[in-house]
Amino acid sequence: MPEGKILLAHGSGGKLSHDLVSDILLPRFSNPFLEPLDDSARITNQEGPLAFTTDSYVINPLFFPGGDIGKLAVCGTVNDLSMVGAVPSCLSLSLIIEEGFSIELLERILSSARDAAEEASIRIVTGDTKVVEHGAADQLFITTSGIGWIRKGVHLSGVNARPGDTVLVSGFLGDHEIAVLSQREGFGFQGELKSDCAPLNGLVGRMLEACPTLRCLRDPTRGGLATSLNEIASRSRVGIVLEEAQIPVRESVLGTCELLGLDPLYLANEGKLIAICPPQEAERVLEAMRAHPSGKHAEIIGRVTEENPKRVTLQTLIGGHRVVDMLTGTQYPRIC
Amino acid sequence: MKFIDEFRNKEIAQGLIRRIFEVSARPIHLMEVCGTHTVSFFRYGIRDMLPKHIRLLSGPGCPVCVTPNQNIDLAIALSRRDDVLLATFGDMMRVPGSTSSLQKEKAEGRRIRIVYSPLDSLRLAKENPEKKVVFLAVGFETTSPAIAMTLLKAHSEGIQNLYFLNSQKRVPPALRALLQSEKVQIHGFILPGHVCTILGREPFAFLSEEFKRPAVIAGFEPLDLLQAVWMLVNQVEKDQASVEIQYTRVVRDQGNPVAVSKMEQAFQQDEALWRGLGWIPGSGCRLKDAFSSMDARRIEVDVEPPREHPGCLCGEILQAVRTPPECPLFKTVCHPDHPVGPCMVSVEGACFTYFKYEQTQS
Repeated sequence: MPEGKILLAHGSGGKLSHDLVSDILLPRFSNPFLEPLDDSARITNQEGPLAFTTDSYVINPLFFPGGDIGKLAVCGTVNDLSMVGAVPSCLSLSLIIEEGFSIELLERILSSARDAAEEASIRIVTGDTKVVEHGAADQLFITTSGIGWIRKGVHLSGVNARPGDTVLVSGFLGDHEIAVLSQREGFGFQGELKSDCAPLNGLVGRMLEACPTLRCLRDPTRGGLATSLNEIASRSRVGIVLEEAQIPVRESVLGTCELLGLDPLYLANEGKLIAICPPQEAERVLEAMRAHPSGKHAEIIGRVTEENPKRVTLQTLIGGHRVVDMLTGTQYPRIC
Repeated sequence: MKFIDEFRNKEIAQGLIRRIFEVSARPIHLMEVCGTHTVSFFRYGIRDMLPKHIRLLSGPGCPVCVTPNQNIDLAIALSRRDDVLLATFGDMMRVPGSTSSLQKEKAEGRRIRIVYSPLDSLRLAKENPEKKVVFLAVGFETTSPAIAMTLLKAHSEGIQNLYFLNSQKRVPPALRALLQSEKVQIHGFILPGHVCTILGREPFAFLSEEFKRPAVIAGFEPLDLLQAVWMLVNQVEKDQASVEIQYTRVVRDQGNPVAVSKMEQAFQQDEALWRGLGWIPGSGCRLKDAFSSMDARRIEVDVEPPREHPGCLCGEILQAVRTPPECPLFKTVCHPDHPVGPCMVSVEGACFTYFKYEQTQS
């Protein structure tokens, strides 16, 4: 860790976040359930494998177009469970509230969390509340943990990708990060861009019905598509080649990225997934995705290769090639 | 997207590349002055599609990279004052000064805010009347008009607590200095489309008239760049030298006179210190005397003596004398997570761009 201090970049989902987990957290908490580093742990008991996951939510602003921190805290954890093929079952919900926070806003946020839980058919079964002094937290932090039962015969993991496999994405990338950024900074851009924040367990259910041999699912949150695919490439020891022309990005998101010098491949999503499946199943998976509201704009975006292991490359729009690396540090908008 | 998709057409791109191969015979060095051009060349994989004997050199057109340690150290020193709130563009946050960076200072609790427009600093000044709001004004002629507008607006509204730490640079004097230094052979220039949107063609006419170098004012999409390279190759092969405009959908011969007049109202041309290039006459923007009360350099602070990392080659890379992979620190000591020099920090810095896009295939 450089200089012994936590920097903002440690939370941005890129290389420093990765180092924080592997250098500081893992050595202390290492156990067989945590070690595969998938989006949920698998705990085997007599009833079959259990998925268990946790996540903390800190977001500014608390309310943004398309959602709020309550909805986000439920969907995020539901999605982590879904990515290992689990049927989400129960959630815990812990609140850290800054003294002076409006009760009315808290109620709105909790109602929104409840609605999201209903939509995802999951119950919030336990929780906790702490209040800290004014200035010791920024309004409201939420931690949710979740468990779910992994469907029989399903084994989804970042280590499963094999050469020849197909890479799919469930829809437009970057909506969440640009919606939140625009709201926070008051860009006043035209258009009604909303966060994609949504539970993905319904979509995953359909996909697994269509193809129980799906290899891997990921929800590309912080660090975006590029970081998630680099993790898969690295852990499966394969190369991944993407077709830039096939990657779905909304015009409004692309336009904002062009203005600010951001790369849509690195933007956070909260209601999208990446899927890797055997090539002969790709069309069937794509059809199942497009038949579900959360996967209407799904596309096949690339393939897994034997060449260039642990590396993601992009075939550019004009036919060139470039490397798509992990996010380093925080993406800052450029000057000119 | 309109005005974007048309300029990313694969068939036209391949047609242009074919024509470049047909016309180009001489080995040449072309300098893309602007960091955004460097990024586009890499991002679309254009470098590998051009003839091997056309060498692209990254120029000094990254505002973060050319800002010397002295200015960053001064900004850091100002941010350490309790009564100062420092407003900066995001990509200055991680640039290492002599011993610290704004990012590290922020982690120490200093009041440092990232802004997206210079006008945000005016808003911050109004919201924080008890603070001296200092705007770290960095950028080229693309950014300077907006900084000038902010200054003029604050002045006319009688805002008393907004200060400018002027570190902006002007591009034409830097190109003159590069050609005069003769350290690097440049056969033609790809000129920065957005700087020229403001300045027009005339301030760059000396390139062809005095130095007999062809130049093309180019846009930022892949077809823009390919067409610019093709236009330059044509000039070189015919032994011609003129300043042509490829980016005609945006750039006018006379530039943007309104923006230029705002800059002239607010700033005085001045000598400026560039990282790598040293002091260049007429390349800086000092506040006009009428606005001297808004000069952040009047706020008293102790600034540490500037110190450069001994091995860092950013200075030579900015002059295109060396390329990033030739730096002994590149990828070893200097990495985007712990950058030693500014060219590894900015998303438009040459080292960062080489690092991000040109990792050797393993």
